[in-house]
Amino acid sequence: MAAVHGDAHGHEHDDHHPSGIMRWITTTNHKDIGTMYLWFSFAMFLTGGTLALGIRAELFQPGIQILQPELFNQFTTLHGLIMVFGAIMPAFVGFANWQVPLMIGAPDMAFARMNNWSFWLLIPAATLLVSSFFLPGGAAAGGWTFYPPLSTQGGLGVDFMIFAVHILGASSIMGSINIITTILNMRAPGMTLMKMPMFVWTWLITAYLLVLVMPVLAGTVTMLLTDRHFGTSFFNAAGGGDPVMFQHIFWFFGHPEVYIMILPSFGIVSEVIPTFSRKPLFGYSSMVYATASIAILSCVVWAHHMFTAGMPAVGQLFFMYATMLIAVPTGVKVFNWTATMWRGSMSFETPMLFSIGFIFLFVIGGFSGVICAIVPIDIQVQDTYYVIAHFHYVLVSGSLFALFAGAYYWIPKWTGRMYNETLGKAHFWLSMFFFNLTFFVQHFLGLAGMPRRIPDYNLQFADFNMISSIGAFGFGMTQLLFLYVMINCIRSGEKAPQKPWDGATTLEWTHLPTPAPYHSFEKPPVVQ
Amino acid sequence: MVNSNNTKANVLMMKKLLVFTLIMFVFGYALVPFYEKFCEVTGINNLLKPDVSVNDKNWVDEERWVTVEFDANTRGLPWQFKPLQRSTRIHPGESITVMYEITNNSEREVIGQAIPSYSPRFLDKHLKKFECFCFTKQVLKSNETRQMPVQFVIEPGLPADINTVTISYTFFELPDGASTIKK
Repeated sequence: MAAVHGDAHGHEHDDHHPSGIMRWITTTNHKDIGTMYLWFSFAMFLTGGTLALGIRAELFQPGIQILQPELFNQFTTLHGLIMVFGAIMPAFVGFANWQVPLMIGAPDMAFARMNNWSFWLLIPAATLLVSSFFLPGGAAAGGWTFYPPLSTQGGLGVDFMIFAVHILGASSIMGSINIITTILNMRAPGMTLMKMPMFVWTWLITAYLLVLVMPVLAGTVTMLLTDRHFGTSFFNAAGGGDPVMFQHIFWFFGHPEVYIMILPSFGIVSEVIPTFSRKPLFGYSSMVYATASIAILSCVVWAHHMFTAGMPAVGQLFFMYATMLIAVPTGVKVFNWTATMWRGSMSFETPMLFSIGFIFLFVIGGFSGVICAIVPIDIQVQDTYYVIAHFHYVLVSGSLFALFAGAYYWIPKWTGRMYNETLGKAHFWLSMFFFNLTFFVQHFLGLAGMPRRIPDYNLQFADFNMISSIGAFGFGMTQLLFLYVMINCIRSGEKAPQKPWDGATTLEWTHLPTPAPYHSFEKPPVVQ
Repeated sequence: MVNSNNTKANVLMMKKLLVFTLIMFVFGYALVPFYEKFCEVTGINNLLKPDVSVNDKNWVDEERWVTVEFDANTRGLPWQFKPLQRSTRIHPGESITVMYEITNNSEREVIGQAIPSYSPRFLDKHLKKFECFCFTKQVLKSNETRQMPVQFVIEPGLPADINTVTISYTFFELPDGASTIKK
């Protein structure tokens, strides 16, 4: 293998591409674009995280100390939008860019130029979102779900948000078309669909979900735009429209969206756990079917976000049972991961720690999700901190932890260098501790009735809020450690061995040198 | 790199997916008439419909009195809007007409639409309106004043512990050329 590595190294110097900034602006290489996606999403993660710390600082004590209510509302709104559309989604696209061609033995993405476009569209969108804070009237402040009438009445910030969502939607759709085409048309000879790594499978299904619902979101924000400026009345009650209809259309997009943010993390975890258990993934085909079932079910449960908006009992029952049904394929997945570890020869490097942390905490978030699905309970906890706790357990300790697991798992392949294992483990344990400190207590706050998106609260909520805020600052600082570990790895990490994870079985580990050369699989490998 | 055969297949796939994307965009818009039809067929969302004709014989519960308070608000339009009486006392089942007055204080023609809301919220189940200015849009020339009726009955089915109810209207400005409210 060492000989192969030296050979590949020789190749690297033959590549001539523009250097400096132009390399990054004009690049069509899936690895460069993947890297840019990941850095972009991390920058957005820190931006959205800063907003979250603003929120938690205000909620440290009852009363208004730091953020006036108007600004507080802008913080909650932009925190949600930036984290969903700027951090989590682009991060997964970054992983897809890096890993999908490597894992299926393709030389690059199917449409390399379009790939470049879908990344660079993110920059104006992010600029629109962040700069809207400096507009007269400030940024959008009606929540990340931008329900009318607040979103039809808001100021210029809402228009900036609408355009940002349009651009981000276009970027996502282009990215998904690229990913679907790459996976369906460019697999190495011998790699049938049912031999694809789970990460590729989950991304294929995610990309289909994206092209299914992103255009609906684009339509929704277009309706909002014409309601605001061109005299239509889709959601304007005074003109014959219906604000509740907005919620239906929004969540028709919004619920599949939450699975768009979790399915690729299922994929990452399904790669990491077999590697560090040194066993093949248990129940591979049931994993594929479970992923597909989750995706299909996710399209018929949207109104569980609206149980209190007014709905006939039969509608509530349908959406309640459909929602609870999703727990079945999700349970299959959790069972399979656990069964993969069972009697495996396990070791606990950082990616594995994050994956196990993912399973543990995601299950808590999944259970609180089933609790929220029950109509009478949902009516009680709607718009309280219980819901906040629920979706941060699935989005932070779900999606984000899986992203961390993936980053630690593949960084040796990407850079040819190892991260500092001690610091990586410290990052995991600190994240684990502070995450739970922040969000576990929010379950209690929600059950006691503390409403979300309000800058002040009753004195009875003071202690738990203080604990939560301390946790949030700890969690935020811990992520700077992640930044340090990554930069340290890239610049001065120890040279990675050819195959740092002995249990890894996917193509990028078995058929490519470490680090992966700039151009890989120009001649497709043959899969047995 | 990618051979031409593969490129062709890729472009075909992209075209299919773009068409699918377009279909889903149109589907988003198609949800609007679908939603309206669904509400119409299932009879949800009937806040703005006249419920019964004035000739319906209702049983009047003369033993019982209910106080009805009237409230009027405007939002974002230069109108004065008030009920001619603040409140009244009626028997459940008894039909009553109340007048509201609007004045356009501006120098331009303004189109407005009133949206009702009730306290307690479930009052809509027991309140039947025969006639209401909220069923149509109101067009007021500059400085025009108009008196408009609401004719309604509160059904005897109103829970016995409710002695006071509030009927509130809020006028919103209707953008020029917006379709009139659906009936």
